[in-house]
Amino acid sequence: MTDDELTPDGKVTLPEGQAPLAGPTNGRGKSRFPFRIYLEPRLQEPPRWYPFAISFGAVAIALFFGGIVIAFAGGNPFASYAHIARASFGSLGVFSDTIVKATPLILVGLACSLAFRMKLWNIGAEGQFFLGAFGASAVVLLPILPENTSPWIFIPVMMLFGILAGALWGFVPGFLKAKYNVNEIISTLMMNYIAVHWNNFFIFAVWSDGGFQMSPVFPRTAWLPRLTDYAEQFPILRGLTAHLGLIMALAAVLVVWFILYRSRWGYEIRLIGDNPKAARYAGLNIQRNTILVMMVSGALAGLAGMSEITGVVHRLQGAISPGYGFTGIIIAWLAKLNPFATVLVSILFGALILAGREIQPSGIPKMIQGIILVCLIASDFLMRYRVGIERVGAEPTGEEA
Amino acid sequence: MPPPMSTDNTAICPVKMVGIVKRFPGILANDHVDFDLRKGEIHALLGENGAGKSTLMNVLAGLYRQEGGTILVNNKPVSFSSPRDAIKAGIGMVHQHFMLVPSQTVTENILLGMEEPRFFLRLKEFDAKVAELGERFGMQVDPRAKVWQLSVGEQQRVELLKMLTLGAQVLIMDEPTAVLAPQEIEALFVTLRAMVAEGKSIIFISHKLQEVMAIADRVTVLRKGKVTAAGVKMEGVTRQELARLMVGRDVLFKLDKTPCNPGEPVLTLEDVYAENDKGLPSLRGVSFQVRAGEVVGLAGVAGNGQVELTQVINGLRRCTQGQVRLNGKEITNRPVLQAIQSGMSYIPEDRTHVGSSPNLSITDNVIMKSYRQPPIAHGWVLDGAKAEHIAGELKDAYEIIAPTIHTPVRLLSGGNLQRVILAREISGHPTFIAAVQPTRGLDVGAIEGVHRLLLAQREAGAAILLVSEELEELFSLSDRILVIYEGRIMGEITGELDTSANVETIGLMMTGSQYVSGALKEEMNRGGENISPGQPQGMVQHD
Repeated sequence: MTDDELTPDGKVTLPEGQAPLAGPTNGRGKSRFPFRIYLEPRLQEPPRWYPFAISFGAVAIALFFGGIVIAFAGGNPFASYAHIARASFGSLGVFSDTIVKATPLILVGLACSLAFRMKLWNIGAEGQFFLGAFGASAVVLLPILPENTSPWIFIPVMMLFGILAGALWGFVPGFLKAKYNVNEIISTLMMNYIAVHWNNFFIFAVWSDGGFQMSPVFPRTAWLPRLTDYAEQFPILRGLTAHLGLIMALAAVLVVWFILYRSRWGYEIRLIGDNPKAARYAGLNIQRNTILVMMVSGALAGLAGMSEITGVVHRLQGAISPGYGFTGIIIAWLAKLNPFATVLVSILFGALILAGREIQPSGIPKMIQGIILVCLIASDFLMRYRVGIERVGAEPTGEEA
Repeated sequence: MPPPMSTDNTAICPVKMVGIVKRFPGILANDHVDFDLRKGEIHALLGENGAGKSTLMNVLAGLYRQEGGTILVNNKPVSFSSPRDAIKAGIGMVHQHFMLVPSQTVTENILLGMEEPRFFLRLKEFDAKVAELGERFGMQVDPRAKVWQLSVGEQQRVELLKMLTLGAQVLIMDEPTAVLAPQEIEALFVTLRAMVAEGKSIIFISHKLQEVMAIADRVTVLRKGKVTAAGVKMEGVTRQELARLMVGRDVLFKLDKTPCNPGEPVLTLEDVYAENDKGLPSLRGVSFQVRAGEVVGLAGVAGNGQVELTQVINGLRRCTQGQVRLNGKEITNRPVLQAIQSGMSYIPEDRTHVGSSPNLSITDNVIMKSYRQPPIAHGWVLDGAKAEHIAGELKDAYEIIAPTIHTPVRLLSGGNLQRVILAREISGHPTFIAAVQPTRGLDVGAIEGVHRLLLAQREAGAAILLVSEELEELFSLSDRILVIYEGRIMGEITGELDTSANVETIGLMMTGSQYVSGALKEEMNRGGENISPGQPQGMVQHD
């Protein structure tokens, strides 16, 4: 027993209800309310369905609050939500657009999940995304490969460069953390700005297309194949922009899942994330794992940038991300760091991004995202504590009402 | 040797605590504890780690709330619901971990929590006041220095000044010397005496006997949450008596133990030096051997270098000088992994923060050291089914009581968690086991189980280093006992261990006497360390 640990008390009581055992009170102890709410740390593992129920509950409550705000803004919440649903899932076409938005989100969500597993707070997925886009573009624009290269070579090489550039951007904060214990939150956040302006430099100065702040369009051989490219054979696919990046993202989901739950390395990541002291005691090399995890996390975000630039934008320009890297943080949390859940959450958020075009004022979906995040973080409390209500003045403390 | 209970109720008692009861989950930290403090005295609260000293004082300082009993301040019953209430009543506590804002100056820290400067901070004025107050009690601190620039001793002075400025009449010092260098301890004692001379009263929490002998007027001893000596005057009390009251001695229950047949040396330490987390020397030239098939007990009051020693052996702490060899191979300052792979196992003192990963399952916890090799690992891939199979077997073999092997270990009881750790550490057939306080906090049945498991390893030829504060445990398991004090081995007890003479000898070595060629020597010439002279030398007869 350590006696200097703060309140290892069984219970945290909110209003003071317990009568003092002796002596007068100082006035603050009395409560006028006949009930009091108390919290108790969970001593039992909650059932398996519980975390999912809590997450769904949090999203539902967030939508409820969002509805109130919409109503205040003069809109009809039901109509708005119905419109959001129609605008993102209403037809094959818009669903394909939702998938296009979800693709980079899955990858950055995975990037964040992996790092967060080890309690490495990689806030730099945005920058790693930009670097990934830059790395892939460099293959075309530098050029590393001639314009008429076959897509069979072009696409793997662009993937490789996107991954490498993202990994490099993850390596720097990982190395600083491992070697000098530099706070990765700060370093990754700051490196986001460097990445954006690094890209800007090339867009404005080096690869500018006729003075515009964008590079020339990539040759068709450097585009990721889209569904609509096969409209000749299958007319139903006409106009569908979902691209090969989705397959890459889903493959990454499997890889990350395998790493986390089926590999030695994943075990090490989970162990370090849960208790670094125990990990050191078990002989793990925490420094090396810090660098590796940051690199793989950066590589996943870099792959997202590559997929976006070659699958959607087809040129290097400034506005390639509506904050995908930051949304990835939310997605990772919402998915409880589970790779498969990341896919579902990404589709939900892809839908919300898409709906931003349809809903006025366009800030509404952003606001809903924000409320979802707040509710979700708050709901984590219910994972660790159970809430009860008890009558004040009733017999001994500790009985559940 | 019943020390007289002091019962002279003359004047006003600054603090009186009657029948204090405080429970933590699974532990009765304070079991009807009585305590009284007189005006102008230094009252030591003595006891081992976990005896409930800090808990009792945290109750007095308003941090915890007692479940039973009364606190009287100046003969009036009080009820504190926060440290603020306690300070208002004139009771201030200086914690082991200081509560200071590192980026602010000394004066700013002292003004925190005061109502005095309402809006405008006339810092210069207060700087002068702080300096003057420091002068008065012999505490030199630059009021304008930022706290992070100060040494630990100076930070402690800031805490004291803060409490004095807030008007504390009763000062609780929680192990104040633990973080100090010897000269700083001397300076602190001068300050404490100056404060007492001005009519303040001081409660001095410690587990170091010689300090208590040097500074206190009276002493209250706690053991396992109960008072074993209440407010005894220091005059006429010997160190031996205090040591025994503090360490206690319960009836031994014998384990069947085969005679010791030690083999080759497995672990060899030669002149090992190391520092603790605060950068102070914690091991100063430790040398010993542990041979195959023997249990070597390491006795000592907590905090005398035992934990650091086992960390050095395992490679978790840097050894600044000296050599560690395992099975003839040098492992000094090698990675932890190397120690593990050369057959070392380590049962750490801190089960929850070091020995296990609380949110991971039993399976994940038992494979912590074996997941790298087959049959659990095949190259990169972890065979989850195999790991679970092994975990299931261990769960049965070590009688780990838990719903399933998927249960996170944070939900296990202390005894079951220890079985998980033992299962992991022992199932790998180690050649050397370092066990630190392997039974602390466990109930009798669990203790016996742990002891049997360790003895079975001794039978199997493992070399075992057992670090414990329980003499009983050391006597029933060890083949010989070393005693450590302030990072040095004070002596060794061999042969028939469990004799009352040995209890006496060990108790004295644990508090700083050296045992050379069968005779005890009081250590007098320890530079700067505050050991009060005038204590009886060597052994003292008891009735």
